[in-house]
Amino acid sequence: MSLKRVLESKKFIVTTEAGPPKGTDISKMIEEARPLVGRVDAVNVTDIQSAVMRLGSLVGCHILKDIGIEPIFQLTCRDRNRLALQSDLLSAGVLGIENILILTGDHPLSGDHPQAKPVFDLDSVQLLQVVKKLTSGKDMADNQLDGKPNFCTGAVVNPSADQIEPELIKMEKKVKAGAEFFQTQAVYDIAKFEEFMKKARPFKVPIIAGVILLKSAKMAQYMNENVAGISVPDKLIREIDGAKDKHKKSIEIAARLIKELKPIARGVHIMPIGWERLIPELLDTMEV
Amino acid sequence: MIITRQKLIKEILSSLTGSKNIFLVGCAQCATLCKTGGEEELIKMEKELGAEGKTITGKSIIDPACHLIKVKQFFQKNKKGVLKSDAIVAMTCGDGVQSIADGTKDTSVKPALDSLFLGEIQRGGHFVQKCILCGECIIDKTGGICPVTICTKGLLNGPCGGSKNEKCEVDRERDCGWILIYKRLKDRGELDKMKNISDPQDYSKQIKPQKVVL
Ligand code: SF4
Ligand code: SF4
Repeated sequence: MSLKRVLESKKFIVTTEAGPPKGTDISKMIEEARPLVGRVDAVNVTDIQSAVMRLGSLVGCHILKDIGIEPIFQLTCRDRNRLALQSDLLSAGVLGIENILILTGDHPLSGDHPQAKPVFDLDSVQLLQVVKKLTSGKDMADNQLDGKPNFCTGAVVNPSADQIEPELIKMEKKVKAGAEFFQTQAVYDIAKFEEFMKKARPFKVPIIAGVILLKSAKMAQYMNENVAGISVPDKLIREIDGAKDKHKKSIEIAARLIKELKPIARGVHIMPIGWERLIPELLDTMEV
Repeated sequence: MIITRQKLIKEILSSLTGSKNIFLVGCAQCATLCKTGGEEELIKMEKELGAEGKTITGKSIIDPACHLIKVKQFFQKNKKGVLKSDAIVAMTCGDGVQSIADGTKDTSVKPALDSLFLGEIQRGGHFVQKCILCGECIIDKTGGICPVTICTKGLLNGPCGGSKNEKCEVDRERDCGWILIYKRLKDRGELDKMKNISDPQDYSKQIKPQKVVL
């Protein structure tokens, strides 16, 4: 079923993500994706994640589609100007890739080619407007398209940004610009997320809560110190730290978070961050 | 003001391979304020190049070095010294280097400075970038703070979601530009301005090289 139809249905949405390889060997990506066929609603393919050069998200989406997975084409503003962005969107349309997730993108300084020229010709709000315009049959410069793409377009939001008001202002702009669904930064603090959901309710847009597999206390501390809007509670840190079988514990924690998120969010987006192999077991464990 | 920083001496020397007689030129305006091309810096450069076996044939400070007529006047006054030199070392911004080359005919001119940005002088020796000369000023919409410059990604429609403790995700030492804009607008009761979608910038206004004739 297309993501659009799932969004229209009452079903609790489950998405996850796949990271294309650094190189041309796609066997691991395919091997990790195969067990997801028929088990998740869609899989995001990251776009040069963390500004670390790798295989493109568009090709990644095409590969997933080939094996029967509904892909979500992540598109950032970092690397392409408005010509290339629109062109890649048309390419996605031709390949039958219907779901687009628009992000600002990490700065090249965060990645493995810090000398790269940052593009950011458009920002995420402007790019969402462009996607909408393409689906109406016109490009950004108002030129008529010969054949138009069909997209279901999403955006991202950080539900526990330190300053929530500007985040919500931007979210509202994204909705106005055409975002039909949102995927969020990882949620560990359910109460705080509930508060955010109350504030975002007036936007009347499906919100899919982010869940990152917690791998270790070290990872939790790193995220707490460095990643905006992630605060893993001490209790969870102690829980993962004390566990002998980290894989098992990680799945248990994620499944619990998902259970708590179920009545609040429209779905969950599971980010495995290297532990892609655990996703099938998590899907077995979680109750949705 | 144009903010400059002196290149490493070894870089300057490598551009002077084969040149023995050197004429030093500074600038009385920006480079003097930046302490990169004023009197003191020229004296220091004379010593350093001298120690490397170069002969300084003369030194002069143009007011300012980016003014072609002033450069030509300097050349008339210093013709003899300049013409017997193998190179001019320009302790000026990149524009100064080129106007000196244009105004002194066939002399080879070597840049001694790197030109960094258009900067505000906060106090002696403290310079910050507030405007990248985008050609289309929009800061009436952002509380007088420039998102094109102050936001590391140059976003026009609000924060990227990566700021932590009000600092930028790219550099945790630097304030997040969008948090600054948000607070300024909120203080002024103008938060509504942030809710309007800003159009993409028109980069055709930044096509180089530009020219203005009054
Ligand atoms: S918008 Fe910013 S960069 Fe552009 S002219 Fe105004 S201050 Fe300068
Ligand atoms: S953290 Fe703030 S200043 Fe840095 S790129 Fe994001 S919005 Fe811009």
